[in-house]
Amino acid sequence: MSTSSVSKGCFVFKPSAKKKKMSLSLESYFIDGCEGAESSETRFKLCQNLWDKIKSDTEVLQDELNRKILDSLLDFTRKCSSARQHGDWASQMRASEIPTAALVLGVNVPDHDMTFQSLSELLHQSVTPHVGSVEAKECGALKHLMKRVLERLMDTVVDDDEEEEEETEQTSAQLHQSVHCSLSALCDWYITKTKKSSSGTPGKKRSSPAKDEQQQPPVVIIFKDFEAFNPRVLQDFILICSRYIERLPLMFIFGIATSPSTIQRMLPHSVSSLLCIELFQSLSCTQHLATVIDQLILTPRFPFKLNAKVMQVLLSIFLYHDFSVRNFIKGLQLALLEHFHSQPLSVLCCKKKEALLNVMQLSHRDLERIRQLPSFKRYVEKQESQEQVNLITDDDHLKETCRKMIKGLRKYHKNYYPILRCLHTLTSALPRYPLGKQIRELHLTCLEKNVWENEDYQSAMKLLKMLAKDELIASLCRCVEILKPVKSKKMKSTAVQLEELLAKFKQLDTVVTEMAPSVEDSITSPIKNLQKKTDLFQLQKTLLEMNETRRSKKLSPFEILRNEALEFIDSLVKSHLSPPESQTLHEVCYYSSSATVRRHLNATPRTSIQAALSSPYYYLQNENLKTEDGTVSNTAPDICIAYKLHLECGRLINLYDWLEAYATVVSAADGNDPDSDGYGKVDEVKHARFIRSVSELEFLGFIKSTKQKTDHVARLTWGGC
Amino acid sequence: MTALLQHPGYDEEKLQRVAEQLPCREVQAGLLLSLMGEVDVKVCVASTGIKLTVFHHSLPLQLHHAAVSCVECVSVALLFERVLLSFFGCDAASLLPRSPSLSDFVRIYRQQRSQSPAKQTRYIVMEKAELLRDSDANLLPALLRLQELVGDNVTVILLSEIAWDKFRPNTGCFEPLLLHFPDYSKGELQQILSQDRHPSYSAEFYSSYIHILLGVFYSACRDLRELRHLAALNFSKFCEPVEEGKVKETDTHKLWRNIEPHLKKAMQTVYLREFSPVLWTEYQRLSAHTHVELPFYSKFLLIAAYLASYNPARTDKRFFLKHHGKIRKTNFLKKNEKTSNHLLGPKPFPLDRLLAIFYSVVDSRVAPTASIFSQISSLVTLQLLTQVSHDDQLDAPKYKCAVSLDFICAVSRTVNFDIVKYLYDFL
Repeated sequence: MSTSSVSKGCFVFKPSAKKKKMSLSLESYFIDGCEGAESSETRFKLCQNLWDKIKSDTEVLQDELNRKILDSLLDFTRKCSSARQHGDWASQMRASEIPTAALVLGVNVPDHDMTFQSLSELLHQSVTPHVGSVEAKECGALKHLMKRVLERLMDTVVDDDEEEEEETEQTSAQLHQSVHCSLSALCDWYITKTKKSSSGTPGKKRSSPAKDEQQQPPVVIIFKDFEAFNPRVLQDFILICSRYIERLPLMFIFGIATSPSTIQRMLPHSVSSLLCIELFQSLSCTQHLATVIDQLILTPRFPFKLNAKVMQVLLSIFLYHDFSVRNFIKGLQLALLEHFHSQPLSVLCCKKKEALLNVMQLSHRDLERIRQLPSFKRYVEKQESQEQVNLITDDDHLKETCRKMIKGLRKYHKNYYPILRCLHTLTSALPRYPLGKQIRELHLTCLEKNVWENEDYQSAMKLLKMLAKDELIASLCRCVEILKPVKSKKMKSTAVQLEELLAKFKQLDTVVTEMAPSVEDSITSPIKNLQKKTDLFQLQKTLLEMNETRRSKKLSPFEILRNEALEFIDSLVKSHLSPPESQTLHEVCYYSSSATVRRHLNATPRTSIQAALSSPYYYLQNENLKTEDGTVSNTAPDICIAYKLHLECGRLINLYDWLEAYATVVSAADGNDPDSDGYGKVDEVKHARFIRSVSELEFLGFIKSTKQKTDHVARLTWGGC
Repeated sequence: MTALLQHPGYDEEKLQRVAEQLPCREVQAGLLLSLMGEVDVKVCVASTGIKLTVFHHSLPLQLHHAAVSCVECVSVALLFERVLLSFFGCDAASLLPRSPSLSDFVRIYRQQRSQSPAKQTRYIVMEKAELLRDSDANLLPALLRLQELVGDNVTVILLSEIAWDKFRPNTGCFEPLLLHFPDYSKGELQQILSQDRHPSYSAEFYSSYIHILLGVFYSACRDLRELRHLAALNFSKFCEPVEEGKVKETDTHKLWRNIEPHLKKAMQTVYLREFSPVLWTEYQRLSAHTHVELPFYSKFLLIAAYLASYNPARTDKRFFLKHHGKIRKTNFLKKNEKTSNHLLGPKPFPLDRLLAIFYSVVDSRVAPTASIFSQISSLVTLQLLTQVSHDDQLDAPKYKCAVSLDFICAVSRTVNFDIVKYLYDFL
């Protein structure tokens, strides 16, 4: 932009009003740069619907999982506040203690927010309107902590009633007027508050189990991240609070990430003896993840699926890096978005009815895309030549086939998950867990390749063949229970077959008693022979024979039945647990770009900076910068040259040497004659450019100034060329 | 007993009440009262005693006083406000300017004093007076001469658990009168604890309970507050057999037999305060897994941090290089390193050393992703590592490992890493 100004300076150009108006909606963000733009709107809707459903499902799940611990916490607060009001002897004795709940939540700190959110909502609804939560980062000093507590508590009272709102505004105004906020202010506020509500009409507030509880509702303060607090601040705060406990029914909730012993580490006896702590332990995050996977991934309800690699990436981020279920779900969301954004055929990734409709509306281009799919190509190759021609040329015929395939894919999913669960129930009880302890491990192996070709599967089958009768029956019973509720003809008939097998097992008991003597006979006879006098050779022979007979020994009816059952299971596995890649059109439902997910969720900023500096072509795409491995063209940006040169140095870098080297390289780029006088000389411009690139490197954290040696800088990275 | 508390200046009946509220403090209370009778003294109670707070209950009897906790007064302004508020009402307190100085306080005090002259001595009681050390340098000396400054009949009483010598300002000041409250003896504790008896049981029964309780806990804990807590916690267990009708209230021996193992168990958790009676048994369950679950790489980062903290940097080559040659411990044992590193505590180490050890300890190849670095900072927030140097990431931050050997052994067991083999101390 140009100005009419004569002088040099900075000018601010405000964006024109027109541009401002156009705020982009979510949809336009999605459509922007989307593959296959014609169907992008439908895909956006599908994606959003699916995500909404997943989100609401996870929220319900989370509530369910937290229910137990939250309920017990609520009970605790209720009990404490009621004990205060009509206390018996024991609670009177301990009236001077501040009731405290220590909530051990595990190290997955990002997940805690959700728990605290629902906790404070629940408390607000059913126990007390006075709930305030504080985080460590906003309470560096006692003053700040006090201020936050007062703000939170007094603000939370804003209720349906207008009068009350005014009231709080007044108090907060007063608060701002007065210079110091102290707990006595809160105390006064609380007293006026409770007086007011007790004199007010009953039933104005939400209904509660006991009316008298309402008159003295406890004041709950939640410390979200207990470990991160400054111990000094916390100690002082608790000391102050204990001075007011007689007038103000305070109650603390500590969110602890590590172990309860941190309380003792942070608070001395003199402070911790002011508290009465009760411990609450939440569900471990691995269990949490297992439930989430069970409900979100291992179900045919959601048409969107992850392939083995993406699943592996998400799981390894969880297990290796953060333990955060929230991040796992975020990863799932990312995969979902990416899938619908980048795969035009994801229009078909929806409910069966919709998908069948959408097939009919596919454009010619979309159909061409289907023809390009590897899984479809494989399918075509298997067909007869006439059919092949039809599939390639006739769009309507292709649509018809697609409908069939979509149905087939759906059926595959419907059968896959129940059988997976069955196999898991059978194998998870085996010693040393050949197929994994968790169902997600089994799922991963099944996604990767044919599970029955896996060595572990074979060893698991061998172990299963040695299973005792009652164990086998128990796990088969569980399998039947899994299969029964499934709405699929195949699974129904499978369940019936299994039940028949089970019935046979149960019949055995009666049959075995009749069979028993003959079996015994066959075993005992060679032993009898053995008792006769024999020479060594004979003995060896008989022993070998015995071995043979034992091996080829007639199997007991139970063993026969067991083998039959296991063969049945094996056939089930072989027909239903083939990996999704074997299914035609699996690309529609399965998201496979693990690299994208990894790049987004597990970023490596340092590697990308190093890549940018050592091979600028990677990012700049300028032909001049293209070089062989490991070298940098002398026309590269200054910082790249400086970086390359600094790699050749040790821990301390002589700035002057570096400058000389730099000037030489840059002179070559300028095209100066190597023999001329000025070659490699440092002029002002080169000097300035060098200084700039050095300070840029310092900014990026590769070097820093040092006082160890004059005119030297220290390297902060190690390694080089 | 009450004879000691007789004092001409005070109402007989009120004195009686004070005496009831302050068991076993008759001598001190009497002395204090007699001092209060003489008008112009300032008293500093440097007491290592246990029940300081009860003591100032004696004041509200008839005396005009302001009780201030120094913990609460984060600024002097708050302190001045408190004092003025309780002496002259909120009008006086609102006269204080923003961030008042000591002279502002004195000025307003004098002004108010002339409006409402004192009929009797005013008292300012300051709890946790040792914290005054950290406030303005002129505050403590000024408080000690407050009477002269404001020209009023006012007495300042400082309560502290630290001896006066430890917080006497080094610029010198007006020496206060010292009054020492000694620790309660066992007998006194017995007497005090027996006072809060359960209403549905006889006094003798409760006092026998306290006797048993003290017998077990007195050697470990003399804190009245803690003992009271324990008494309340265990009493229900103690009367269980009585309520069931198995034992008579007077049969102390049987009661003792019943409660003793229980108290012994409780002994391990004195001061922990980690449970209420409901969780008594659940506590054992929880303590079984006090270990912390960490993500896989966090575990290795912690292990690497522990190794970096407890091994001398010179020995890294020996532990983490494949062909380290024949270096024996005896060869590179320096004289000062003969003492165990574990006795000396963790040493700080730079970030690069941590990462170098981390990469050689982890089996698989790990990309230096952002989350590896963020795990280090999460370990710092979880207080498993502590950052020693300042926050500047560019300036090669230094850390210390803050976990115990037991903890790290438990962690490394879960990842099948034999940490003892890598520790220089156990070579």
